[in-house]
Amino acid sequence: MIDFPFLKTGIHYLDNAATTQKPASVINAITEHYENGTANVHRGIHSLSEQATDQYEATRQAVADFINAKPEQIIFTKGTTESINIVAHSHDFTAEDEIIVSALEHHSNLVPWQQTKAKLRVIPLKEDLSLDLEAYKKLLSPNTKLVAITAMSNVLGTITPLQEIIDLAHANDTKVLVDAAQYASHFAIDMQKLKPDFLALSSHKMLGPTGVGILYTAHDLKPMQFGGDMILTVSQYESTFAPMPTKMEAGTPNIADVIAFKAALETLTKIGFDKIATHDTELLNYAIEKFSAHPEVTLYTPPNQAAVLSFNVKGSHPHDIASVFNEFKVAIRSGQHCAEPLMNTLGVPATARMSFHIYNTTADIDQAEKALEKVIKLFS
Amino acid sequence: MDLYTEIILDHYKDPQNSGTLTNPTVQVVEHNPTCGDKIHLDLKITDNKVTQIAHESEGCAISIASMSLVSDEIIGKSLEEILKLDKDYIFELLHVEISAGRIKCALLGLAAIKHAILQHQQNG
Repeated sequence: MIDFPFLKTGIHYLDNAATTQKPASVINAITEHYENGTANVHRGIHSLSEQATDQYEATRQAVADFINAKPEQIIFTKGTTESINIVAHSHDFTAEDEIIVSALEHHSNLVPWQQTKAKLRVIPLKEDLSLDLEAYKKLLSPNTKLVAITAMSNVLGTITPLQEIIDLAHANDTKVLVDAAQYASHFAIDMQKLKPDFLALSSHKMLGPTGVGILYTAHDLKPMQFGGDMILTVSQYESTFAPMPTKMEAGTPNIADVIAFKAALETLTKIGFDKIATHDTELLNYAIEKFSAHPEVTLYTPPNQAAVLSFNVKGSHPHDIASVFNEFKVAIRSGQHCAEPLMNTLGVPATARMSFHIYNTTADIDQAEKALEKVIKLFS
Repeated sequence: MDLYTEIILDHYKDPQNSGTLTNPTVQVVEHNPTCGDKIHLDLKITDNKVTQIAHESEGCAISIASMSLVSDEIIGKSLEEILKLDKDYIFELLHVEISAGRIKCALLGLAAIKHAILQHQQNG
């Protein structure tokens, strides 16, 4: 049994797509580092610094093992957003170039591409809210330089057909960046099988601390920041840079949280993704069953959905839904979920969203249903 | 404490002064980009006073009730008086405690009115 101290609060936490709760092992790893292990990495000769460096690099190895990659392909960032920005910064797109994204993207996998000179092309959704792969095939052209695609929608929970998307792109000589911020917490990822060019994820959505992200890269990249640690030699007027991944990590990194991220990966591994997937499916189906029994509720249920359920209630705004849920100690997200274009596609100003993880139970959903009944009573 | 009092629900379901004016002095559209709330606002200003107001609001109960309540209150007030109204004034109108996360919702209507007045003053 894994200890999640937040469970003592009695809050029914159904906002896991925003961030997950942390197991005691993660919290203890942070405390242990600050109490007994504080030192900078890659610098000192003293034992504490060596220990901090070893632990920091042990997380890099753990991430590499977790996604079946090599440690030199793993760059520590502050989150998925920074990971994606590094890839955008590293490419010199021209006005002739095209970048394909999907209609499901979070702003973090859309806005960085809008800032490049390339033209954006968007894979639309079909009527059933799944990605239109036929349209995607037609969008791929000799000018397509990159496909930037989510593995799992933060709004709808849609699992995208990643392997097919990547294979088609590679056959077109196009690189692929995968936004795995949601996916990595619910499904195993294997870089040797999937073979994306880049993959971004965030520790805090995987039971780990905030402020740590990963950029997996199959290619050499251009540093976005310069300074200490990322250099090989520095003379007064010029410098040479360290090899990957060191040259991508300028300055003192987020040492404590990187070290604690390893404990989060160990927790996910200990639970096992088979068990997580089974649990996710049970809760999602239970929630769909409970909520669809109320005719006032609109549910957004694409095929291949996991762990996320967006909904609306007749006559009510999602912010009001979330406020009433909050009165019932049920934490859900409401609004546009950093996916304004998707809200326009769905034809709604916003949605309310429940998202699940391993510590949730059907009791959380039962409590959510009580809150839902109050929403209906007030507004419908 | 119950956020959704009868006052708020009544004004949400049947907002005062909803619609448009045929000949407004000034028109604005106010957005709350974090939640998608939107208010179309028309003001009629005569002798430095708001004489008529109409709004078409899409949004949550808090923002619509707040718009509705404040729309009744500002008719007959001078532009200077209205520009001095602050968040405490709105909280008093709503009669409930507004949590930090909902303050933007509660203040959207007043923000729209103030923008309209400032726009009118700038246009001289």
